Order: sequence, then structure tokens, then C-alpha cells
Amino acid sequence: MADGILKLEHVCKAYNVGLPTEVEVLHDIDLELDRGEFLALIGPSGSGKSTLLNIIGLLDRPTSGRLLIKGRDTAMLGDDELTHLRGRTIGFVFQYHLLISAFTARENVMMPMLADRGFPSAEIEARAEHLLLQVGLDKFGSNLANNMSGGQQQRVAIARALAMRPDLVLADEPTGNLDTKSADAVFDLMRRVNRESGTSFLLVTHNMDLARRCDRIIQVIDGRIASN
Amino acid sequence: MNPWLPFEWIAAVRFLREGRLQTIFIIGGIAIGVGVIVFMSAMLAGLEANFIKRVLTSQPQIQLLTPDQVARPLRKSAGEIEDPAVQRPSQRVISIDQWPKIRGQMLAMPEVTAVSPTITGSVLALRGDASRAVTLTGIEPETYFDIVRIPNYIFSGEARLTSEDVIIGIELAKNLGATVGDKLNLQATGGANRVLTISGLVDFGNKGVNQRVAFVALRTGQSLLGMIGGVTTIDMKIKDIYAAEIIAQRIQAATPVQADSWIATNAQFFTAVQAQIYTNTLIRIFVGLSVAFGIAAVLIVSVIQRSKEIGILRAMGTSKGQILRVFLLQGGLLGFIGSVFGAAMGAAALIYWHAVARQADGAEFFPLILERSLFVYTAMLATVTGLLAATAPALRAANLDPVVAIRG
Ligand SMILES: Nc1ncnc2c1ncn2[C@@H]1O[C@H](COP(=O)(O)OP(=O)(O)OP(=O)(O)O)[C@@H](O)[C@H]1O
Ligand SMILES: [Mg+2]
Repeated sequence: MADGILKLEHVCKAYNVGLPTEVEVLHDIDLELDRGEFLALIGPSGSGKSTLLNIIGLLDRPTSGRLLIKGRDTAMLGDDELTHLRGRTIGFVFQYHLLISAFTARENVMMPMLADRGFPSAEIEARAEHLLLQVGLDKFGSNLANNMSGGQQQRVAIARALAMRPDLVLADEPTGNLDTKSADAVFDLMRRVNRESGTSFLLVTHNMDLARRCDRIIQVIDGRIASN
Repeated sequence: MNPWLPFEWIAAVRFLREGRLQTIFIIGGIAIGVGVIVFMSAMLAGLEANFIKRVLTSQPQIQLLTPDQVARPLRKSAGEIEDPAVQRPSQRVISIDQWPKIRGQMLAMPEVTAVSPTITGSVLALRGDASRAVTLTGIEPETYFDIVRIPNYIFSGEARLTSEDVIIGIELAKNLGATVGDKLNLQATGGANRVLTISGLVDFGNKGVNQRVAFVALRTGQSLLGMIGGVTTIDMKIKDIYAAEIIAQRIQAATPVQADSWIATNAQFFTAVQAQIYTNTLIRIFVGLSVAFGIAAVLIVSVIQRSKEIGILRAMGTSKGQILRVFLLQGGLLGFIGSVFGAAMGAAALIYWHAVARQADGAEFFPLILERSLFVYTAMLATVTGLLAATAPALRAANLDPVVAIRG
């Protein structure tokens, strides 16, 4: 698996460990993702999809099991190392609260690069412009984040997720809030980026039409992978 | 975006600008607090400077006197006292022993800028039916005016002291029904008697003093008080007024005279100043605390409002340290900007008050002292207060769990 971008081995996740309310929401998850793959993650509400995505995205740690990013075990990494690895290799697209409202669309796209480098530069700004062009919003760069439609905001969020040229983009119901037309546009955009740049995608969705257009579908039920 | 500004700075400024109303209100609050401190401190400094100026131009900074005359108990033999009850003897007016030599020593001291021998004693001022007890001071005008600026206090007439002149306080003149150019009969307890011309009236701004003072030339004073060639005090002026007490103690240790500094003579004033400084410090502390609490409250609310955005920033690779600094900076910026407005408000209030507030005689109530250091220190203090106040909110922001924050 030289091309493996992501590997989960026997990953379990429990909440409220040690308390009477302890619940295990992910049980013994094994999962591999290759470079350039476009994977759909489906499953009923509460089945643990977001939890799994947070663990893969290094926002949360598994209770047990191993998580390897590009062949590297993440268990030993400290908070700052995880942050650094996350910033460089993973891009996020969320369902709600997509952009930072104090900034313009362009600045939102610049944000991950700005956090990484520390200082703004013409290069960063040019890359943000390029990404906005890629998502078809080059005219909206100076718009404040909140002055755009939901579909537009989500496309800016995708541009932002791509800013650091991540190996993997994690999208948690990015189309869940959008009408069918906007949802299609957002999905097509992701698919195109996936084909053009070889970025892997992990897409959580309730929309079976979209899921069927992915390379592979994984169904999660009650914290287990039910079908692959 | 300005390429010279780091990420933290850009984010902090944007967050403050976005939360416009909160920012404006808290800056207003800080500005009022800082304004009060600036106004109070500057006015206090002005009043103090004014007082010191008055004291130092109407009193010698160090005064040398004959030491107190003490009674020594009679002893029969070693360790045995014959008469244990010792009464303090009445203090005769006597001349300082070998005063020209002491004056020479004083003039040789590098810290001393003026030395003036004077003679002081009580006489009766008579005019017609009126008679008043006055404190007569015989002076050498050339040196004495350098120490006590009588010409500055002249109310009418002039500060002229030939051997036939006398300068008296305005209240004394009123009591005697005399004015400039009138003759005044001065009679010493020893019986000596001189008729002098009133050359000027002085007003030291103190009724008690104005009722008693009379200045004559040194020789006139000596002959009236029956001490030809003698002086009772040596008045001095020095370079560093606050070193007066130390210098006085040194003089006292080295010469047979008693040396009183203006600091010792005006102990009450210094106690009052000290009390003012304590009050001022207390007010500063409490204003500082309320400013700090205000900043902390505003930032805590901001952290809660922005927790989702903070979570997203963290997901995008922003480190805990960066988030911490974004919020610390907001605190520092609020403190600094507030203090700039506050300093401007304080200065404006001072200028206005200085223009409006007048003493009874129309003189300024306090001199307008706008020291740059006061503004610099206040701004620095406010900035540091802002940073400190931001610590708790900033830590809270940095330690937000992004998973919880994003799920909301
Ligand atoms: N912090 C927590 N403490 C306790 N239980 C939690 C916590 N977070 C999530 N859970 C539980 O874990 C389970 C999985 O939640 P998760 O959000 O991953 O589901 P999901 O598949 O994303 O659902 P949806 O499709 O509605 O988004 C749920 O039963 C949820 O109640
Ligand atoms: Mg979910």
C-alpha cells in the first residue's frame, strides 16, 4: 500500500470514558483510503460518521486502535504536531458555519496559508485568487463571507480546504444545507478537483444520488462498517 | 493584507472591528478610567508643584539657628545628681557664634547656591494710638531676595531696603492704618527705638504672616535688637530642594549650629502630599481593576460568540498558541486604544479646567503640567492591564475542543 493516504486499524471511540454514561460509538473500524480516491460515507443519523471524520481529521483521538496518515502513526504526536500535520495534509468542509465572518471570501481562502506561514504575502493572495477562480467565484473575492449564498459559501469553503494542497479533504455533509442544484454544483466541483489534482476525498452524505457517483461507498451503522 | 502584520494581529484587529459595538463601549469605558487617572495625576502634580514653588520662594530651604540652650543638671560627683528636676531655660535671643566663619563654610559647599545672614526678633510697631507686636527680620537684600523672593510678593510700593526703610505685611499696614511712604515707629523690648519709612507692602498669601512680618536692613535690625554685628539665623538655598533634609543633617553634624530644612519645617504638607499619593494610588488600582474586569468580560463574550470560528481555525491548522495570541492581542489593543482616547480626554479636561478654575485673586488654581512620561506610563500600564485581563479569555479560547466547538 505505497499509495495509502489513510489507514485505520481497529479504531474504537468511546465518550465519557470511566463515567457511568460511558458509550462506545465506534467499534473496531478498519479502513484504508488510497491517493486520489473519492469515498462516500453514508449511514443513518447517529451512526458515528462525524465522529469517524473527526478522528481521521486529527481533531479527536481514538480511544484505541491505530490511525496512520501517509504511513505515519499519529498516536505519539503531541497537540502542536497534530495541528501542524492537520494543517498540511487535511482540508475540512463542514455543513454549517462555514466561513469566518470577519473576513472576505479571499481572506477566508488565505487563512490556512496565513496560519501556516505567519505573515501574508502576494504569493498567498495569488493562490487564493487562483482557487476562487477554480471554484468560479473570482468575482466575489472581496465579498464579506456572510454576503454570499449558501452554495457560494460552500464553494469558498472548498477553495479554503484546498489552499494548503492537502492530500485528503474531509467533507461532512457539505451539501446537506443546499438545494439540489447548488448541491450538484458543489459535488461536481469536488469531483473535478479530485480528478485534476488527485486529492483524495471523504464525503459524508445522506444523498444517495451523490454517493453513487463516488468511487466507493462505505456504510456505517451503529458504529460499525456495515458494507464496503 | 499588510505583509508586515502577522496572522495574529490581522485576526485580532478584524475580530475587534467586527464586534463594533462591544469594542466601542469597552474602549469608552477604558478611556473614561484612563482619563480620570490622567486628569487626577496631572492636577495633583500641578498643585504640588504650585505649593512647592510658593514654599520655596517664601521660605529658606535650609535655616541655620543657634542651638537650643539647655540646662545641665548639677552634679555633685560622678553619677550623682544634685537637683534632678531640670527646667528648660527660657530661650534668649543670642547671636550665632562666629557666624561669618560658618557662612564661609556654607558658601564653600557645592550644593549651596545662596547664603544670607539675618537677624530676627520681636518689636512693637507703633503708629498713633495703634501698636502691634511684629516679627522683625533684618536682612541683606542682595543675598536674601535670592532665597525669599520678596519682590515677587510686593503688593504695593517697592522692595527697597536702605537703613531707613521697612517693608511690612499688608494686614499689619491695615491694622496700623499705614501705607507706603508713611513713617513707622519700631520699638524694641530693650528700649531701642527707630522711626522708619514704609517702602513696600508684602502679601505672602497668609493672613497670620501678613499681620506680623516686617523687614528692615540687617544693620538696622542689629541696632534695634541690640546685637551689633550679630545674626540669629543664616538662610540658605540649595540646588536639589529634595536633598535639603540630608544636607541639613550633615551641616548640623559638622558645625555647632542647628540646621532646619524646609522638608522638616513643612512636615504637615508632606504628610498631606503622601496621603494624596496613597489616595491616588488606590484610585488607580481600582480604576485599573474595573478596566481589567471590563476587558475580560467583553473578551469572554467574544470567545463564546466565536467558538465555532475558533474551532474552524483550529481545524485549518491554527495552533493553540496562535489562538491564545489573537485574544491576548485584542486585550492589549483595547487597553492601548482606550488609553490613547483616555489620555486625550484627560488632557482636554485639564486644559479646560485650568482655563476655568481660578483662585480668589484670579491666579491660576494649578499650573498646567502635561508631562509626556505620564501619558507614556499610563498607555503602557493600560496595555499591560489589557494583556493581563485577556489571559483568562485567551486561555479559554486556546483550549477550546475544536470537535465540541464545531458541533456547537
Ligand atoms: N461528546 C459526546 N458525548 C457523548 N456522546 C456523543 C458525543 N458526540 C457524539 N456522541 C454520540 O455518538 C454517536 C455518533 O454521533 P455522530 O455525530 O458521529 O453521528 P453522525 O453519524 O454524524 O450523525 P448525523 O448523520 O446526524 O450527523 C451519537 O449517538 C451521538 O449521540
Ligand atoms: Mg454528523
